[in-house]
Amino acid sequence: MPWETVIGLEIHTQLATQSKIFSGAPTAFGAAPNTQACAIDLGLPGVLPVLNERAVKLAVRFGKAIEAEIAPRSIFARKNYFYPDLPKGYQISQYELPIVGRGQVEIVLDDGTVKTVGVTRAHLEEDAGKSLHEDFHGLTGIDLNRAGTPLLEIVSEPDMRSPQEAVAYAKKIHQLVRYIGISDGNMQEGSFRMDANVSVRPVGQKALGTRAEIKNVNSFRFLEKAIQFEVERQIDLIEGGGTVVQETRLYDAAKDETRSMRGKEEANDYRYFPDPDLLPVEIDAAFLAEATADLPELPDAKRARFQVDHGLSEYDANLLTATRELADYFETVARDSGEPKLAANWVGGELMAALNKTEGDLAGCPISATRLAGLIRRIQDGTISGKIAKQVFEAMWNGGGDADQVIEAQGLRQITDSGAIETLIDAIIAANPDQVEQYRAGKDKVFGFFVGQAMKQSGGKANPAQVNDILKRKLAP
Amino acid sequence: MSLDSSDIEKIAHLARLGIDPERTARYAADLSNILDLVARMDAVDTAGVDPMAHPLHMVQRLRPDQPSEPDQREPFQSIAPLTEGGLYLVPKVIE
Repeated sequence: MPWETVIGLEIHTQLATQSKIFSGAPTAFGAAPNTQACAIDLGLPGVLPVLNERAVKLAVRFGKAIEAEIAPRSIFARKNYFYPDLPKGYQISQYELPIVGRGQVEIVLDDGTVKTVGVTRAHLEEDAGKSLHEDFHGLTGIDLNRAGTPLLEIVSEPDMRSPQEAVAYAKKIHQLVRYIGISDGNMQEGSFRMDANVSVRPVGQKALGTRAEIKNVNSFRFLEKAIQFEVERQIDLIEGGGTVVQETRLYDAAKDETRSMRGKEEANDYRYFPDPDLLPVEIDAAFLAEATADLPELPDAKRARFQVDHGLSEYDANLLTATRELADYFETVARDSGEPKLAANWVGGELMAALNKTEGDLAGCPISATRLAGLIRRIQDGTISGKIAKQVFEAMWNGGGDADQVIEAQGLRQITDSGAIETLIDAIIAANPDQVEQYRAGKDKVFGFFVGQAMKQSGGKANPAQVNDILKRKLAP
Repeated sequence: MSLDSSDIEKIAHLARLGIDPERTARYAADLSNILDLVARMDAVDTAGVDPMAHPLHMVQRLRPDQPSEPDQREPFQSIAPLTEGGLYLVPKVIE
């Protein structure tokens, strides 16, 4: 029987604030355990949470970026469960009346088609602490530094139909939160965590199958593998006469499988109710305007504009708008060089390859956008060939200065003096009578040999177009 | 609406309350009475009345995003039963 996969994602993204969502404790990553957990985070008696204005603003920015309705009035609720890294015995979250309502994002699939994925809602909540299960003589260590860190939980509609679509959507949200500056999206530090709700149903069936929720996936690759495994598990189960149980599962990367987190089912009775410690949050037009005033151009708009303004292919436009930093870098190179297509080739090719090779990022890139533009101008004005430019690029990467300095220091200026090139070619022709005869007898391929010789003997500096012209003229029978 | 003993046991478990089994029936009766009162209120026509999340007619004040709480780990951990290396230690929880 053919099966259809149905996937919805819940993404927890940490908001870029200095202090916690309900307390004045700092949120810096990597502090000594429990040095950033204050009385409010610990849930000590008599404390009162006060909402962080910036967390609200960042949530509003996200809502605007996905064209969602921002709730003029939203409320916080208590989600009750017991776990040692949750000192209060409840997590402050939003249940009814979340701050961000229905919105949508577009994803581009491998075959180039564009698909719209619905976002059901996004709500503010606090993170829990961290449990360390090793090395404490059979006890569990608790670090509450993360408790109270502001999160935006972004809930999608069950709109995705394959692991690849789920990854495309997750990457899109990841790109978006970084573009609009609401989260650093750092997956190693847990700033971007994904839960996947996965079910299968016979193709053509309307009703959804029973779903399993895969919790806490922190890489796109694992997300794809976890869903892939889960889909196969569910299909095997049903085809073998079994039924899928609604449950929470964990993905084990080492074994590449999901497994049940037993006992979580009864705990799913969270008994939400409005938090009496927090009043309703009202967002008026002024607040909305202030929060979204400096929203940057969004990736979709940028991608479209790059194709129109800079004449880029869809592929290049997609590549160069992956992050805001890369897009800004490219635009500086394009503007300063006046050659957007060459700029796209160099940024998308040589530069990204060098960054990947050194596992660096643009922030630490040894070649500034202005300097790369300078290199491109030297290709354009014929000072160096494209091939020599790669050599110049490498020297610039290794701290050799700007393009002109490298060209000067290494004597890489292209030879465009046709007299000099003719002398060179005359010598080559004289030294290779056999090849000359072969060429004149109709063996066109030998032409490449002469070009190669000319480039080699000029140290790559002879202007290739001139070499071609002169060779053709001199070799003519 | 009436609760039976199994409801009481479930609620007590969710709230991590240890209750005397002999009193379960009494709790069931008491809580059922409360729910009956809620049911009576629920019967009132509230069409056109906005649900109230809070009895005060006020909105949430917002706090500027500035760290203001100093590290007080030492006094906090002095009242904890067990700590090590800055961590609170608790009985092992297995997921």
